[in-house]
Amino acid sequence: MQWLAETEWSIALHESQYAYAIVESIHVWALCLFVGFAALLDLRLLGLVFPEVPVTHMTRRVLPWTKVGFTVMVASGVLLVLAIPFRTYHNVFFRAKAVLLVLAGLNAFVFHRWTYRTVGAWDTTVPPPRAVWVTGLLSLVLWTAIVFSGRMIAYNWFDCGKRQPPLINAVAGCTPDMIDPYSQ
Amino acid sequence: MLLPLFERLEASAMGEAVRGSLWLFPVVEAFHLVGLAVIGGAILVVDFRLLGLGLRNHPVSRLARDMQPWVIASLALMVASGIPLFLSEAIKCYYSFAFWTKMTSLVFAVTFTFTLRRAVAGAPDGRFSPVWNRAVGLTSIALWSTVGWGGRWIGFSG
Repeated sequence: MQWLAETEWSIALHESQYAYAIVESIHVWALCLFVGFAALLDLRLLGLVFPEVPVTHMTRRVLPWTKVGFTVMVASGVLLVLAIPFRTYHNVFFRAKAVLLVLAGLNAFVFHRWTYRTVGAWDTTVPPPRAVWVTGLLSLVLWTAIVFSGRMIAYNWFDCGKRQPPLINAVAGCTPDMIDPYSQ
Repeated sequence: MLLPLFERLEASAMGEAVRGSLWLFPVVEAFHLVGLAVIGGAILVVDFRLLGLGLRNHPVSRLARDMQPWVIASLALMVASGIPLFLSEAIKCYYSFAFWTKMTSLVFAVTFTFTLRRAVAGAPDGRFSPVWNRAVGLTSIALWSTVGWGGRWIGFSG
């Protein structure tokens, strides 16, 4: 991670007066498009919004925009990490967010690979079958947790070198040279 | 003229509580962000439809009616979480250009959403020309985006 922090790109992003703020604003704007639309899809899977809209219409007409939003999220998110790579890599909230993102991805994968295959049977059913409902709820919970952990990356509460339990140092991936010897 | 008021707001019990806590500001801020995602989705899906994108097979009036309670509920969450955030740093906000940009555009965005946009989006398909629909959709996106960017920028100011 140290080498990444020393790249020209990283230094430029870090030291520019506006670049970081602009990228961060794009990240927040795309949150509306991506999480906002993803939440609408999930709420439709729960049968709570657009009951008259078949699920296939949602996946055909709304999901592509969710993918656009996701692309912008990932692109701006990568730049944000690139601007502060070392600290972010050892940030417990960043690590939690990474794990939650994998879980959200798995949930989406399971839905599209298996659950969605029977969509013909519940395309217009409100409320939809339990498996569909569970996917929607799980997705909402996971994305809410991802927004929370993402917001918390900004804080240095558990940075390596702080006086904190060894467990937190382990989760943050702190190496012995980063840990304050007097804090143990 | 407003500064004494903002000073009193900053000294309020809620302002003190948020300022004095390590966790409160970030947690309330995170709720503010979740509210942002919901209101963003609920507003954008109708604006997109007005622009001829997204759920084109469904009447815009129906979509707008479905989204109305979500817009109101998420707006309520935004205001409820925004107030403690504001109170904790009212004086900083007073001197922040981003804050005043946000509040001004918020007044315009809310007024626009509950008057003109409501009338156009709520009308049966075909009542207003596509040009009207597009203009309303674009204006709505522009106004709400200014609110969001202004809000994010409060954190970068001061």
